[in-house]
Amino acid sequence: MSILIDKSTRVLTQGITGKTGQFHTSAGLKYANGAACYVAGVTPGKGGQSFEGVPIFNTVREAREKTGVNASVIYVPPPYAAAAIDEAVDAGLDLVICITDGVPVRDMIRTKYRMQGKKTRLIGPNCPGVITPDELKIGIMPGHIHRKGPVGVVSRSGTLTYEAVGQLTAVGLGQSSCVGTGGDPINGLKHVDVLRMFNDDPQTEAVIMVGEIGGNDEEEAARWVKANMRKPVVGFIAGVTAPPGKRMGHAGAIVSGGRGTAAEKLAVMEECGIKVTRNPAEMGKLLKSVL
Amino acid sequence: MKIHEYQAKAVLRKFGVPTPNGVACFSVDEALAAARTLGGKLWVVKAQIHAGGRGKGGGVKLARSEEELRTHAGAILGMQLVTHQTGPGGQTVRRLLIEEGADIRKEYYVGMVVDRVSQRVVLMASAEGGVDIEQVAATSPEKIHRVAIDPLAGLTDAQADDIARRIGVPQAAMSDARAIFQGLYRAFDQTDASLAEINPMILTGAGALVALDAKMNFDDNALFRQPDIVALRDPDEEDAAEVAAARYGLSYVPLEGDIGCLVNGAGLAMATMDIIKFYGGRPANFLDVGGGATTEKVVEAFKIMLRNAELKAILVNIFGGIMRCDVIATALVEAARQVSLQVPLVVRLEGTNVELGKNILAGSGLATIAASDMADAAEKVVKAARGSKGGA
Repeated sequence: MSILIDKSTRVLTQGITGKTGQFHTSAGLKYANGAACYVAGVTPGKGGQSFEGVPIFNTVREAREKTGVNASVIYVPPPYAAAAIDEAVDAGLDLVICITDGVPVRDMIRTKYRMQGKKTRLIGPNCPGVITPDELKIGIMPGHIHRKGPVGVVSRSGTLTYEAVGQLTAVGLGQSSCVGTGGDPINGLKHVDVLRMFNDDPQTEAVIMVGEIGGNDEEEAARWVKANMRKPVVGFIAGVTAPPGKRMGHAGAIVSGGRGTAAEKLAVMEECGIKVTRNPAEMGKLLKSVL
Repeated sequence: MKIHEYQAKAVLRKFGVPTPNGVACFSVDEALAAARTLGGKLWVVKAQIHAGGRGKGGGVKLARSEEELRTHAGAILGMQLVTHQTGPGGQTVRRLLIEEGADIRKEYYVGMVVDRVSQRVVLMASAEGGVDIEQVAATSPEKIHRVAIDPLAGLTDAQADDIARRIGVPQAAMSDARAIFQGLYRAFDQTDASLAEINPMILTGAGALVALDAKMNFDDNALFRQPDIVALRDPDEEDAAEVAAARYGLSYVPLEGDIGCLVNGAGLAMATMDIIKFYGGRPANFLDVGGGATTEKVVEAFKIMLRNAELKAILVNIFGGIMRCDVIATALVEAARQVSLQVPLVVRLEGTNVELGKNILAGSGLATIAASDMADAAEKVVKAARGSKGGA
């Protein structure tokens, strides 16, 4: 088992003819069951062509009707990314993963509003994607650092997630699924949504939650863990040293009005029974200590 | 991106928000001419910098005569204005706003932000105006009234009127309040703003509502479609190193320490700063080179870090995903050569093509200190910084 994606998922790449879309679709095809899972691409005006054997369609709806895709990954440029999400939602896909970094907030507010009451789950934007080791990789993470196993990974970051995964693999712990929820303030699934899924996934025995400054997703998740989680959760928050009022790379990583600090998040997580480390080199060891 | 108060007021006026009459000035002569044009007997001289708290720092003065105006304008122009938002060095004042004096009967706070919890734009207002709203939020949050705005319907009449009533706007000024709140939202929405504040909005002696101060920040990700806003950019107000970094697609934030960090990815870059502190060192900066670092980008990243005279050592922490370790290693060697690097360089490489990358570094003749993981890297760079005289 796993969460969100597995070898039965059928994936569509939106923006498959762009450089980034091609690069990562190619890597996805080569990873585990990728060749069976990546079944369609969409680029308006390029319908009828193909990329590495994957047929290209003009619209998501057409791709869905012809190939039965249920998930999409988006690599289209920022000005068009929100419209690409809208199209996937309107076509009734189960899961949309938007990798694109730099989507205007105003666009995402409207897209989130349109998604109310729809069944589609959104991951991102500005995220590394989702991987279920040895089954399917959707996104930009390096596949080779992952191993199949019992640890769920959820994070707002990209490379810091790889760091956590690398440490887990190094201490002999594989992963059930790894989910990067993204660094933007207006986005799809939050930590708490992903934790809920890991809680219900029989393969997942423990979860590492990697957070960062800004917003209150980690606090919300921690309170939910205290009330509902049946599995151990450990955590790390990046940005103890971040100065207030400065955006640290991610659009959502900012301490504003004294809120959203790492110290505040770590305190709430500890109060809620989540073991935390302030040393990012010890994430793997910390997880191992609770199993 | 930030803009000046006078620019924010001009944006708001386009959307029907009333403000006092005023003129932006770059010299004392311009200030005097502005006062004559405005007429009246009372003017306000306001320093224009991209930071709040200007009044407390001595950057806002009332002038009751041309003599006073000349004195204040002369004193404020060119001053290093220090506020709680500028840092201890302050910010040089290069522009003034000369405004007609206002007859203030009551002050309110009005603000607009993107709220992560509701995933909407939220209007906030309080009867406690003219003061630091973060203080009000901390001590008496019940005094701040909020409403989340439906992106399709916009701020409705009913919502605007409800907020106006909650903060005690008199009945006679209700239609003014509605115009200001709705104008503020339209301005916010149509300019891709990320934050807007009218603090204070005042009730005048004549019973009208006016935006006495204004602040607007904008979503950097939307600037591609806001040429009118981009035209308001004031490079004097922005950190030169941050501007240079942005030009090369690098994300850079200067800090107070002496250990430079060059990292791929924002989360890992923050974690790298944190681990330097955890091992007893002081990070000099946040620097995310992003997913596609070229030699040119890495050279620029080194140059930007080396602007800091305090720099004692550099830690490069790369977890290669899309970014291949051999590519970054080649770029590092070339960059170190181009800037003739004098400070110790600790390099931790992990991920795609890591062995190739390590071989390139080892064979380059470049004096790097190799680290096996983040903890090892942090220990080594903190030690190297202690033994280093610096060389920037």
